Amino acid sequence: MRVGVFICHCGNNIAGTVDVARVAEETRKIPGVVYSTDYMYTCSEPGQDEIKEAIRREGLNRVVVAACSPRMHELTFRRTVEKAGLNRYFFEMANIREHVSWVGENKEANTNKAIEAVRMAVMKVMQDKALYSSSFKVNKRVLVIGGGVAGMQAALDCADGGLETVIVEKSPSVGGMMARLDKTFPTIDCSICILGPKMVDVAQHELITLHAYSEIEDIKGYVGNFQVKVRKKATYVDWSKCTGCGECMEKCPGKNAYDHFNFGVAPTRAINIPFPQAIPKKAKIDPKFCRQFLKGKCGVCAKVCPTKAINYEMQDEIVTEEVGAIVVASGYGLIDQDLLPEYGGGRYPDVITGIQYERILNASGPTSGHIERPSDHTEPKTIVFVSCAGSRDKSVGIPYCSNFCCMYIAKQAILTKDHVPDSQSYVFYMDIRSPGKGYDEFTRRAQEEYGARYVRGRVSRIFPKGKKMIVRGADTLLGTQVEIEADLVVLATAVTASPGAAQLAEKLHISYDTNGFYVESHPKLRPVETNTAGVYLAGAAQGPKDIPASVSQGSAAAAKALSLLSKDMLESDPAIARVNTNACVGCMKCVKTCPFQAIKEEVLRSGKTVAQVIETVCAGCGVCTATCPCGAIQLQHFTDNQLLAEVNALCQM
Amino acid sequence: MEGTAGPYDASVRIVMKRLGATLNDPPDWSCCGSTPAHAVDHAFAAALAARNLSIVEKMSCATLTTPCPSCLSAFKKAQRRMAKNKVFAGEVNSLLDAPYNCTVTAKSTLQVIYEDIGLDEVASAVTTEIPDLKVAPYYGCILNRPPEVAGFDDPENPVSMDRVLEAVGVKVVDFAFKVECCGAAFGVPKKETVTYLTAKVLEMALDAGANCIAVACPLCQQNLDLRQAQVNAATGGTFNIPVLYFSQIMGLAYGYSPEELGIDKCIVSADSLIRSRKPMDAPVEGQEAPKKKAAQGE
Repeated sequence: MRVGVFICHCGNNIAGTVDVARVAEETRKIPGVVYSTDYMYTCSEPGQDEIKEAIRREGLNRVVVAACSPRMHELTFRRTVEKAGLNRYFFEMANIREHVSWVGENKEANTNKAIEAVRMAVMKVMQDKALYSSSFKVNKRVLVIGGGVAGMQAALDCADGGLETVIVEKSPSVGGMMARLDKTFPTIDCSICILGPKMVDVAQHELITLHAYSEIEDIKGYVGNFQVKVRKKATYVDWSKCTGCGECMEKCPGKNAYDHFNFGVAPTRAINIPFPQAIPKKAKIDPKFCRQFLKGKCGVCAKVCPTKAINYEMQDEIVTEEVGAIVVASGYGLIDQDLLPEYGGGRYPDVITGIQYERILNASGPTSGHIERPSDHTEPKTIVFVSCAGSRDKSVGIPYCSNFCCMYIAKQAILTKDHVPDSQSYVFYMDIRSPGKGYDEFTRRAQEEYGARYVRGRVSRIFPKGKKMIVRGADTLLGTQVEIEADLVVLATAVTASPGAAQLAEKLHISYDTNGFYVESHPKLRPVETNTAGVYLAGAAQGPKDIPASVSQGSAAAAKALSLLSKDMLESDPAIARVNTNACVGCMKCVKTCPFQAIKEEVLRSGKTVAQVIETVCAGCGVCTATCPCGAIQLQHFTDNQLLAEVNALCQM
Repeated sequence: MEGTAGPYDASVRIVMKRLGATLNDPPDWSCCGSTPAHAVDHAFAAALAARNLSIVEKMSCATLTTPCPSCLSAFKKAQRRMAKNKVFAGEVNSLLDAPYNCTVTAKSTLQVIYEDIGLDEVASAVTTEIPDLKVAPYYGCILNRPPEVAGFDDPENPVSMDRVLEAVGVKVVDFAFKVECCGAAFGVPKKETVTYLTAKVLEMALDAGANCIAVACPLCQQNLDLRQAQVNAATGGTFNIPVLYFSQIMGLAYGYSPEELGIDKCIVSADSLIRSRKPMDAPVEGQEAPKKKAAQGE
């Protein structure tokens, strides 16, 4: 055994608080180590060359690098040793940066700790076995979860790249939040006019399959070979027959259904098509409000439907899709007004949310684009916008900025002036956050050309007085309290994770942060990847984002899926569990504890029943090895012997 | 409570007795320290509060109730700080004759009625209705706040008093200024502050359609009732709205006389409103009309 050890300075990151030369010197005394040195940046090209050169010169057959976390550079160095002719698993990394130099200030203690870490790695590397990865076929289909602008962009890019793509959309139409917006900042172009063509493309693209009004039931499998069960929720309308004529909606007597698309600005019918540009443009029944379901008699829609598409007996349907990669673009939610009791908590009809105001401004909205107060349908003259309604407010559990509210408030103030020229808008703000291209000019225009009065300060209370709403807040620039008699108050309610985000994350085996947003693999360098191979993120599911950012991320996620599926075969990780069939007693405890369903029963020719690991499904977590009562399952590259060698190294010092 | 808020004391005792709750007075209780104490020294303020808590602890009572939100706040803050911070608890205990072990829970009387006794019980004791009464429930600024200390009801839109008054059959209006500040102790050093803030509360109550304000705090009662004439003088207003403790209104609904409940001690007379009260089980149509007329004629 000829082990070579390379101690990295990492500039001053390690060398600042660890005596690297002494670590190298002490390491040389370990039996089996034939070469040990320290280097400024081992991960640099000369640093890697140094390793390759040493392998040749000293005849090394095992390599240890003591540097940063293996999460950073393990793959780099595995490739390095492989290039020099060693098996890539004859390499170990000792983490003396995150585990040592960054967390301790005492140089003497740090140096000793680093020596111990290196000794453990040396003992492990001498036990390492050569492992070889096998390759498996990939399914060249992509699943996109969520049909908002990010998901549609990802799906279109994947399909244009030649991959069959499946979109699963929770609501009855694609379009997401963007389809609800009136105009978009900073160009004031009509939102549905620019989104509509994309929606039509999605509907017409030969390679795109759309499951609308569907949710993910279950996901099994692994990168390249996922099996996804999709629940197609019952619409009570046979969509293969529905032409979207709207006759049913017109005649439906259930007139008080909650309108999800319009966020309850006005009621809709129990059978409805969400909006004129909906894709697919099909009707669906909301059984919570349908007389047929509530009272057992009505049947008006069934009578008027010219194609006999109504089916009150319809059940949910489960379809299975097999895909190789998944793009998660499940979007965002908005904070419930109940959490803002100081602003009325939803009790006052003339205190509405930004997205509700967006529907009021919209020509295809419930008011046909005429600005009206919900309470008495009069035209408001004084409108107050409250930014950060919940955002940046730890007391409601939302410490973060919602990203795009400052911009849409400025837009809504501009549009308000356009609709009602003798109106006056006020904007209460903490800070105006407008860092995008053309954004700051836009918020200035709202103030300078459209006369929106910006008041720097927070609103403490909103209460009714006669027909007016009184907005009381602080003007921190004047250092005084202000009260504005408003006709209408618009709250920029905080962006939250989309409802059900956590359950979806569990199905996907991806992680989410304390606020419920999905966690990317690296905040800077791997912004669309997750820690689960083959699962990518797009749009506001990862954090609050405006349209340009969502579209960019949609394309980025598509690029990742395209590059993954450009290969016919993928290499599997050989560091997985393996069963010693001689030792296995067939108790099958491991089958029960495996979180990935990667172990199955197998009957040998001798008639003995044993456990068998499905190579491609095993994620190498090691739960089965801890479960096995007779030590018959060993996780390759982390066997009992290998780990005990490390423990012994530590205990003998 | 026995001094300036005598009517609150009397009415709470009557109502609690009617609801079957036994109130044990802590022997040798002392001042909670109120605003002046915590403005000077936190340990000293906590010690004043903890002295009383420690007496209650010795009585083997798990709950201390006080109708006054200021006392309540003092007790809850002392309890919270002492339970969380051992060093602080030591400092406070060194000022006390007998150490306090943080085993007592302080609750406002409103909370005891709302949560422990329950609305069903509250409603079942009703014998009298007061048809003319339209109440604006005014909680004041510290009964439910800060939320992490008070731990009761909503800090911005509390509803407990609304529910209790509704349970005794009284009309309650939707009142936006439930937790606005009345000016509190500023009545002494800076009267204008109180007249300004109180005027807003009174005006909002009238705007909301109320003819009576229900309070749960002696200082609120004082500022709204006693100083109503000062408000009128300062603002040129014509406010004349009675301000009753919620417990007085409950007492009326339970059939007690205004004198027993101390309602005759109000500065702004509530006579015209409460004259409309009548026993629940005698709803004679013919008698109701002239009674109402008489009430309006006052």
